[in-house]
Order: sequence, then structure tokens, then C-alpha cells
Amino acid sequence: MAWLTPGSIAATWRQPDSVTADNLVEISGLHFRRSGRPIFSGLDLGIRRGSITAIMGPSGTGKTTLLRMITGQLRPEAGTVTVAGQNVAALSRSALFDLRRRMGMLFQNSALLTDLDVFENIAFPVRENTRLPDALIRHVVLTKLNSVGLRGAADLMPAELSGGMARRVAMARAMVLDPELLLYDEPFSGLDPISLGVVLRLIRLNNDALGLTSIVVSHDVAEISHIADHCIVISEGRVIASGAPTELAASPSELVRQFMAGAADGPVPFHYPAPDYAEQLLGAGR
Amino acid sequence: MTLALQLWGGLLESLRKLGAVILFLLAILRQCPAALARPRLISQQVRNSGVLSLVIIMTSAFFVGMVIGLQGYDSLSRLRQEDLLGAGVALTLFRELGPVVTALLFAGRAGTALASEIGLMRATDQLAAMEVMAIDPIRRIIAPRFVGAVISVPLLTAVFNAVGILGAWFIGVRVMGVDNGAFWSQMQEFIDPEDIFEGVLKSFVFGVTAGLVAVYEGYNSLPTAEGVGMATTRTVVTTSILVLVLDYLITAYLL
Ligand SMILES: Nc1ncnc2c1ncn2[C@@H]1O[C@H](COP(=O)(O)OP(=O)(O)OP(=O)(O)O)[C@@H](O)[C@H]1O
Ligand SMILES: [Mg+2]
Repeated sequence: MAWLTPGSIAATWRQPDSVTADNLVEISGLHFRRSGRPIFSGLDLGIRRGSITAIMGPSGTGKTTLLRMITGQLRPEAGTVTVAGQNVAALSRSALFDLRRRMGMLFQNSALLTDLDVFENIAFPVRENTRLPDALIRHVVLTKLNSVGLRGAADLMPAELSGGMARRVAMARAMVLDPELLLYDEPFSGLDPISLGVVLRLIRLNNDALGLTSIVVSHDVAEISHIADHCIVISEGRVIASGAPTELAASPSELVRQFMAGAADGPVPFHYPAPDYAEQLLGAGR
Repeated sequence: MTLALQLWGGLLESLRKLGAVILFLLAILRQCPAALARPRLISQQVRNSGVLSLVIIMTSAFFVGMVIGLQGYDSLSRLRQEDLLGAGVALTLFRELGPVVTALLFAGRAGTALASEIGLMRATDQLAAMEVMAIDPIRRIIAPRFVGAVISVPLLTAVFNAVGILGAWFIGVRVMGVDNGAFWSQMQEFIDPEDIFEGVLKSFVFGVTAGLVAVYEGYNSLPTAEGVGMATTRTVVTTSILVLVLDYLITAYLL
């Protein structure tokens, strides 16, 4: 590995790509099944460079699955996922790793390494991917920790953190190599209103200050609408609506308005596909 | 007919699993040079799993030594050959009991810890997070733990043998009154380099087995609490069976 520094990674990233389109991420005709059940059936979407895009949709529609496809952890059955002009599924392992050095991802459950303290968790990607001297690593890590307001927690172990603190540490870790694309999987779930506000502001701040492109998966329509430039609603394997948050709220589609307003009943089914309820309760089967 | 089909299915399933384990081993071996280039990661694992097992290994070894000391004394005294006690105990320990019991204890203490640690990393997305950070979990997590086990088991076997002999000496010489000089000199007389070689070979093979099974089960566990529990159970069961089978095969081959 070369003597990469976070700066140099970002620098190579900002060179113009062969594909000069405005979209950093392009997904077209995506098909994917899990245990025989279709998750995506012909999904198309594009993520504009420099924007915050919210991806919304009922639980179990495959939002996490979509992020796993963008990072190349899962491969589509048909269709392509293109990040920065590269077809993710067609990359060799080392090319995929090179691409991943330019992304950061915040996992739904933070996924901090349990045997390392907060400081080492954030230093981990730097230590593993670069050969920066300790003094510089310290500087980088403390800067990121400070930006999420947890410089004082550097010595704590992940088990000693609250859910909201762990989320912020994971954010600092996802940002530490100055990626150009940041993926957030449910960054707000289980946060108190204060932490939620902090995380919300951090996402917007990071995006603007560091010139990132952010994808935020969230159920919290009201919250995410404050900061998103663009919203995409996924249901039953397809994009059912996309546009600015205000456009979606005023959408003529009943389906989209149901989602934006958070109503349980409407065109988007609340239930996982199941046999008739009455029949099942009265019948012999399970 | 259905029984035959079931057996056939079971056989295919075992072969498939064996293939998967071998592929996994190859993947680990490919990353071993990179892992060996960071000795601190490995020494940390040797400390983790080795020191973890040290107390149980030493305690068991002392009692196992005392038992074979007692049994050996009883058998030999019927033949009026008590002086051979040291040689008999050392042979039994070096060639059989040392490597086998150490590997079984290691699987129960350190192997389960490894499997559940790695399984928990899988269940909490830590391995996926590493992947996304462009860090190969096989290189960073699995290979050092595997190498650590391969180093620990032979070392622990040596400790087991030493403490076991001490236990036999305590019973034979201090309690039963076997001549101290005879105990040690007969041992020196009868133990050949081949006996040592057999023990070292076995402990190395068992180290590979115990390490591989533990990291494989952990890495491939279902990402749930239940899956992690199953992985630890399977680690003990599979390691124990494999160690006993391999022990027989190596013994039969070398004799
Ligand atoms: N490992 C797996 N094996 C089989 N099916 C899976 C697996 N992981 C997820 N699924 C299925 O894929 C579907 C999409 O899962 P995914 O985690 O992407 O949903 P999601 O949109 O992120 O939901 P949530 O908002 O609840 O996190 C679910 O219906 C789930 O049942
Ligand atoms: Mg999800």
C-alpha cells in the first residue's frame, strides 16, 4: 500500500472521473431476491454529488440491503450499481477495497469494535489503511471526536457508551478517512430528541463542510425532511416517489402522502405478505 | 431405501462442509504472511488464548499426572518394576495424554472463547464494518487468532507434560516411595527423540485443528445470539472428535 494520507485519498477522489455525470451513485434495473422473495424488482435511482439524499420506505423493504449493494457486500442478480463510474459488482477485490476507502458507512447498530476503546475505534481505519505517524493519527482522531462532541470520551470502551454516543463515535469513524460518500443506516433510531438534533445537524454540517455526498436511510420522515435535499421513497422493490421533501409532501399520489404523513393505513401495506387473517385464526394451520 | 438416501445426503453434506473448511483454511493461509508481519497482533492472541487456558491446563495436568503416577505405580509394583515409573509416565504423557488432553481443554476454554468472540463480531456487524472500511477481516481478525492457536497449543502441551510429570513424581516418589534417582534416570534412559517428535507433531496438528475449527465456526455462525451459542457448542464437539480421530491416525501411521 502507498503512503496514503486521508488528504491524498480525498485528492485522488476529486480528480474528474471518466463518467462526468452529476450522479455519484447510479443504480439501474436492480433485481435482487432473498430466500426466493423479491426485494428489488427493477429499481432505478441516482444520487447527486454533494447532496444529502434520504432513502425512506417501510421496514423490511430492503433499505439496508440497498446500502450493502452500494458498498459491494452484496451483488445484484441483474442490473448495475455504479459508484463514481465504476460497476461495483464487477470490481476485483482489491479494486473494490480501493473504492471502499473512499466511502464511509454508519451501521444501523453502530458496529464499534468491542475490544478497542473509543479512540482506537476511530484510529482503526487510519492505522489499517495508512502509515501515518502516531502523532498525526492522534491529531486526526481528536479532531473527528471533537466534531461529534465526544473528545472527552476517548478513553471509554464501547460497552460504556449510550446508544446515542455510540452512534456519534461510529459517525466519527466513518468520516475519519475523509470519504467522499457517506452512508447512514438509520442514524436516528432510538435517540432522544437532543441527540437526534445533534446527529441531524452533524450530518448536514459534515456534508457541507467536507463536501461529501450523503445517503441517509431513515424512517423518521419529519426529521430527515429538515436536512435532505432529495428524498427517495422505496416500496415493494421499486422507487415509488422521489423529489424534494416539500414536493413529496404535496404529492398527488396517495401512496406517497401516506408515507410522508406516517398513516398506518393506505396503499402501502403495513403487513408482511400473509394468508387471510380470519381464515388463519379459525383454521387448523399456523 | 430412504435410509440409504439419508446417509448419502449426510455424506454429501459432510463433504461439502469439509470443502468449505479447506477453502477457509487456504484463505487464512494466504493472509498468514501479512498477519505474521504484525507479530504484536499474534502475541496478543497467544496471550489471550494461551494465558486463558494456563490455569485449567496446569490444574488438570497435575491431577492427570498424579493419576497415571498412582495407576502406573500399582501396575509396576506387581511386576516389581517401580523404578520404571518415571519412564512410563513420561512416555504416556509425551506421546498421548499431553497433546490430546491439552487440545481438548484448549477447545473447551480458548476455542469456545474464540468462536463466540468472532460470532459476536459477526452478529453485531463488526466484521461487515471492517469490510466496508476496506479491511479484510480474515487478515486482521481471523489469521492472527488462528496462528495464535497454532503457537499456543504446542506451548501449552509442553506445560501440560512438565506439570504432569511433576504430579506423577509427587505421588510416585514423595508418597509411594519410588527411588528419586531411578525415577529421573529411567526416564532419561527410555525416552527417545522419536517420542518427543510424535508429541510435537501431534500438538502441532491439534493446534491447527482446534484453531481452525474455532475460527471457522465463529466466522460462519448465524448472526444471532442463538447462532453464536450453536457455534461455541459445535466448536467443542467438532474439535474433540477430530482430535481423537487424528490422534489415532497419527499414532497408527507412526508406529
Ligand atoms: N440474511 C438474510 N437472509 C434472508 N433474508 C434477509 C436477510 N437479511 C434481510 N433479509 C430480508 O430482506 C428484506 C430487506 O431487509 P433489510 O434489512 O434490507 O430491510 P430494511 O429496509 O433495512 O428494514 P428496516 O427499516 O427494518 O431496517 C427483509 O424482508 C428481510 O426479511
Ligand atoms: Mg435496515
